[in-house]
Amino acid sequence: MENLKALSYDLRKNVVDMIVEGKGGHIGGDMSVMDILVELYFEQMNISPENMDDKDRDRFVMSKGHSVEALYAVLAAKGFFPIEQVIKEFSKFGSKFIGHPNNKLPGIEMNSGSLGHGLPVCVGMALAGKMNKQDYRVYTVMGDGELAEGSVWEGAMAAHQYKLDNLCAVVDRNRLQISGCTEDIMAHDSQEERWGSFGWHVISVNGNDYGELKAAFEEAKTVKGAPTVIIANTIKGFGSGVMENKANWHHKVPTEDEYTQIMKDLEAGKEAALHE
Amino acid sequence: MNKIPNRQAICEVLMEKAKEDKDIVVLCSDSRGSASLAPFAEAYPEQFVEVGIAEQNLVSISAGLAKCGKKPFVASPACFLSTRSYEQAKVDCAYSNTNVTLVGISGGVSYGALGMSHHSAQDIAAMSAIPNMRVYLPSDRFQTAKLIEALLQDEKPAYIRVGRNAVEDIYTQENCPFEMDKATVICEGSDVAIIACGEMVQPAVKAAELLKAEGISASVIDMYCVKPLDQEAILKAAAHAKLVITVEEHAPFGGLGSMVSQVVARECPRKVVNLALPDAPVITGNSKEVFDYYGLNAEGIVKTAKENL
Ligand SMILES: Cc1ncc(C[n+]2csc(CCOP(=O)(O)OP(=O)(O)O)c2C)c(N)n1
Ligand SMILES: [Mg+2]
Repeated sequence: MENLKALSYDLRKNVVDMIVEGKGGHIGGDMSVMDILVELYFEQMNISPENMDDKDRDRFVMSKGHSVEALYAVLAAKGFFPIEQVIKEFSKFGSKFIGHPNNKLPGIEMNSGSLGHGLPVCVGMALAGKMNKQDYRVYTVMGDGELAEGSVWEGAMAAHQYKLDNLCAVVDRNRLQISGCTEDIMAHDSQEERWGSFGWHVISVNGNDYGELKAAFEEAKTVKGAPTVIIANTIKGFGSGVMENKANWHHKVPTEDEYTQIMKDLEAGKEAALHE
Repeated sequence: MNKIPNRQAICEVLMEKAKEDKDIVVLCSDSRGSASLAPFAEAYPEQFVEVGIAEQNLVSISAGLAKCGKKPFVASPACFLSTRSYEQAKVDCAYSNTNVTLVGISGGVSYGALGMSHHSAQDIAAMSAIPNMRVYLPSDRFQTAKLIEALLQDEKPAYIRVGRNAVEDIYTQENCPFEMDKATVICEGSDVAIIACGEMVQPAVKAAELLKAEGISASVIDMYCVKPLDQEAILKAAAHAKLVITVEEHAPFGGLGSMVSQVVARECPRKVVNLALPDAPVITGNSKEVFDYYGLNAEGIVKTAKENL
């Protein structure tokens, strides 16, 4: 088995390079969500450049579309497009690699960027799977700030109503949004109680830990008659003390000094992962 | 070059007025930073409401506040404010006639490479189509300040769109002619009438200078009041010209161009050419790259004038 943890540090470096080249990007949320995406794409979902048009492929929607840089890095690692091209062209004039998911690119199912759309769209995808008696699974990742959108909860109700056990939502619970801590802006605790009261099967994990993520996704597959939500408790800016848990790193381009330190920290993280 | 974006000019006026007027309330949806309203939130925590990332909630709460005597100024990205909370704007603000001022920030293609979800190229059309909703696209920071002051004087709903970046000054602190709901005539001419709003006023002014050097006389109308449209100013300029050009940072349908064309066709038929963004997701790039690509710049206006005169 590949060392996913080590891989995730390399992909975080790709993200930093994209953002520096493109002069902008949602770096904090990229870092927190990376392990969720790597686990999904490398261990859970049957999605690859070879089967991307297969009607039985699993479906993924990046509801927190602003973390597109992390998605680009993962899709590139899966072979959908060359990472060098993404880094070179990200956000540049005329580029296909824009600052939110864009389904003109291979591997991306749905456009996003406006928060609160992903879950209801996934309800539709999961419902279609039930109607067609197909056994693909449907996944989405939402931000925790995103949960203030009413449409999220409309989708949550519908997923329960239609017993969508083929749907698994992940909340990137990094406890930060643009203006600060989620609990100061619009309180979200307790996530477990909220989703539970909507009839969802709830699993709470350390969202930057591959063992816990893997176990949660496997558990979700065994649940019958209800959708599952994984509350992935993560660290915004994960991988370098320069950015970790800092609200002002939601959208930021590192300075030269910060860049050097971040890359050093990510390399150290990778080394440690290789020798674990 | 001016460094103060129009959104900051809004904050400055609100900070000043909020000292005396405790009914002024600013509402944001995790948007206080991008709206330049963080200083307001800090200075007047009792007059600031944060609703989180919930634009529909944002607008309905504002309507409720207004109904109970408050004067809400609601600042959220124009793309979300004009589409996500469209029904709230229509029903709770316009239809119920509440004193809510919707401030769409980072309007048009300000968000550049973030793509179509973040562009608001439909807001003029959408908001103008609502009865009792007014629509304003101020051009520079001085005009923006005057507009906010004027809006504080009445009790009707309005939608304002401003861009993200600082734009070059068109007026000055001392010389910024402003009459509510009357367009500002920047210069008068006899060959072509250029009617623009928002960030497109600056290139219109430059185009008139370039045209003058080539012996073509142009008038420039700053139509910050897209609705109610200043029909008198349009007709006066059109009557003196052979050609009318409209310029806007908006989709080609239902915006300033469509509205000016209706008036000119009915009252004073002239050829009208509408310069606008395409009916498609715009090319990836920053505002300037996008404007240049689609000819929404002084050169594009000059070319259009020469081709159509
Ligand atoms: C409907 C909508 N409103 C506002 C925004 C602007 N926006 C982009 S990211 C963001 C904060 C998101 O916070 P969170 O969901 O916690 O994401 P994360 O911390 O994972 O980056 C906001 C308000 C948006 N993209 N969509
Ligand atoms: Mg968050």
